[in-house]
Amino acid sequence: MKLKIFGILVLLSLISSCGDNTPPVDLSPQTKILYLGNGTEPKDLDPHTVTGVPESKILMALIEGLVIRHPEGLDPLPGMAQSWDISYDGKEYIFNLREASWSNGDPVTADDFVYAWNRMLMPSLGSQYPDMLYDVLNAEDFNKGKITDFSLVGVKALDAKTLQVKLKNPAPYFVELLAHYTTRPVHRPTIEKFGEIDTLGNQWTRPGNFIGNGPFTLEEWKLNQVIIVKKNPNYWDAERVQLNEIHFLPIDNVSREDFMFRAGQIHITSSIPTEKIEVYKEQYPDNISISPYYGTYYYRINLNKEPLNNKLIRKALSLSIDRELITEKVAKGGQIPAFSFTPPDPDGYFPPTRLEYNPSKAKELLKQAGYSESDSLTFELLYNTSEGHQKIAEAMQQMWKEALGVNIVLTNTDWKVYLSRENTGDFEISRAGWIGDYQDPKTFLDMMVSDRGNNKTGWSNKTYDGLLEKAAQSTTQKERYQHLYEAEKILIDELPIIPIYTYTRIYMKHESVKGWEPNLLDSHAYQYITIE
Amino acid sequence: MFSLILRRIGIAIPVLLTVITLTFLMVHSAPGGPFDEERAVSPEVLIKLNEKYNLDQPLSVQYFDYLSGILVGDFGPSFRYPGRSVTELISIGLPVTFELALYSILFALAVGLLAGILGALKPNTPLDYIPMSTAMIGICIPSIILGPSLILIFGIWLEWVPVSGWGYMPGDKLLPTLTLGTAYAAYCARLTRGGMLEILNQDFIRTARAKGLSETRVVIVHALRGGLTPVIAFLGPAMAGLLAGSFVVETIFGIPGLGRFYVEAAFNRDYTMILGSSIFFSFLIIFFNLISDLVAAALNPRLRD
Repeated sequence: MKLKIFGILVLLSLISSCGDNTPPVDLSPQTKILYLGNGTEPKDLDPHTVTGVPESKILMALIEGLVIRHPEGLDPLPGMAQSWDISYDGKEYIFNLREASWSNGDPVTADDFVYAWNRMLMPSLGSQYPDMLYDVLNAEDFNKGKITDFSLVGVKALDAKTLQVKLKNPAPYFVELLAHYTTRPVHRPTIEKFGEIDTLGNQWTRPGNFIGNGPFTLEEWKLNQVIIVKKNPNYWDAERVQLNEIHFLPIDNVSREDFMFRAGQIHITSSIPTEKIEVYKEQYPDNISISPYYGTYYYRINLNKEPLNNKLIRKALSLSIDRELITEKVAKGGQIPAFSFTPPDPDGYFPPTRLEYNPSKAKELLKQAGYSESDSLTFELLYNTSEGHQKIAEAMQQMWKEALGVNIVLTNTDWKVYLSRENTGDFEISRAGWIGDYQDPKTFLDMMVSDRGNNKTGWSNKTYDGLLEKAAQSTTQKERYQHLYEAEKILIDELPIIPIYTYTRIYMKHESVKGWEPNLLDSHAYQYITIE
Repeated sequence: MFSLILRRIGIAIPVLLTVITLTFLMVHSAPGGPFDEERAVSPEVLIKLNEKYNLDQPLSVQYFDYLSGILVGDFGPSFRYPGRSVTELISIGLPVTFELALYSILFALAVGLLAGILGALKPNTPLDYIPMSTAMIGICIPSIILGPSLILIFGIWLEWVPVSGWGYMPGDKLLPTLTLGTAYAAYCARLTRGGMLEILNQDFIRTARAKGLSETRVVIVHALRGGLTPVIAFLGPAMAGLLAGSFVVETIFGIPGLGRFYVEAAFNRDYTMILGSSIFFSFLIIFFNLISDLVAAALNPRLRD
């Protein structure tokens, strides 16, 4: 008995003596270390081969492009480029680079950008994001192997500090797009030390090898545990940087992330368990952050399947969706009912369409299409495993049954099965979501052009394609938006996709973090962030 | 003893080969591939990727290439993490999983043996009932319930220990060890009690007591040796089970162990990593069963052939 009590006492003392028990978040005002929940483990840290959000958050600390996004309004701020001039026709850009250096002290030159864009566009590198640069003259042809001489591509170093870019069409969003990680420079000697220009899985991204030009340097990368970046004393704007370190913690499990936030192990989460949203709005109104996100949650319709190729049926389906009910009672995360495919953009693009909820009109259209409720049409609704998608799919199933007598078979598959069925056109209706890469309607509308890989619906409309082409050639933003408005109207009239809601970013943020302002792209330049 | 080892190795080879073949076939017949992405990969890029990872070859060629790779210890590159080999991923995950399993088994033995011996010495008293019913509960609570409960109590309410991580913050190894070890401690307690009760009723124990030996000596020197046989037989499978089955605990506590890599690989269709870790886990299970048979044989002459 004595022995047992002794054992328990030893165990208890072991538990309570576990070092200093102050949670790291409480110490952070002194240590100036920011702890971030960062979703899944990054695949790699190479700006030219990665595609994910977790990777982009880390690259934001490590490598800086020509411009950076303003922490609040997303307007481009000078980054590596101190200033830039745009020609009258909007097709030629001259970037004047600042005196800046890589983390090893080498100067950042215009050649670094030419090399990086060459690398990004190499067909043999297999980058999944080359279209980010397709506005550049001949970039697409080079990437698709139609030309092999990179000097024909519209990017040139006029001297060490001057970069000239020629576009194939005016693109008013081009400077903003240059904040995206895919357009950022890489340190040529480091890439070549560990491989060729087009080596996939090049070891230069490992700690110790990594040379960047951003506000932080890569210190440690423990797979499935943590990525630590440290303040870069060689950064051009190092005086502004307040944080000493950022710890990016890969947390792919929402409940664990929630525990970690409550235990003071992280400052900012990447999401919140759906069932906690209501509770936290009450309990932690100052910590929960809900803000619009530049993305749309929608359903894809496969136009190669009968009778979904009938526009009237698609319209009937859309008319019987009560989007407000879905956002308020099902999704519950402050989402905004979508009335267009492109989310409204405070900078000036307001889609002219209005998707309505009108079950009686839906019934009428179904009748016009030659079907009645008693025909009990049956469609399969495909979605990837997730509680959120499941709930919305069930709500849809019910609404369609009630309004149109349509039967919906719910098919819940794992992520890769879902993707492969979507990519091979083996579906009738499927859930989809899209987050814009930069703030411009093009990132949404371009996806629905006939031959685009992400269209996936089999929808093809020559007028629509023509309008997007016209928009690309427009010289003024007003004229351009006019064409895009027309295109959006066609899309919403044809409905190869049925928009449901505009996404929101929902996460928890510790009150000590200052300068982390919500914005449409959820983009946060770390040099503007401090802990108090 | 030697023939036992030889016989086991003779069985192990066809078992491993079957595991490889079946896993290979299942992995490749699963719908969806490693390069199915939300942002559709262009056909040109897909061809390049398939070429690079040898997926453009017929399945039979891929199979024999893979087998010949294994013979020279090459498990191939990971599809999920460009630039990392399966061997590298296993060597990152294994030490962590092994450490977790080791702490858990030590905890299980410490608690289990103590409770089991007490129960056997004072059968049908509160000293027996209380630990044994606790053990029963311990066996019944799955780690997905126990883990979060411990997190809530010790991590969030009492704020004694971190709720996630492994060697990232002081004290973060404690809760995972308790969570994973509890069920095994409970098994261990019941096996010890059963084994000890049986031995304590035997003649040679009575003789030892009649000779006037102290109770401590009777228990530790005479009874334990035989009484622990069931526990030792259990240790091998337990260690294998701890290694292969730790992924739930690894997920709850964010531990960068092999279990998480394994499950993640399945979701990502990381073909080579799924195969590599399946082979590795099979090997571990075979190995620890062999070790536990050998130890049991060494302790109990009747098992020697």
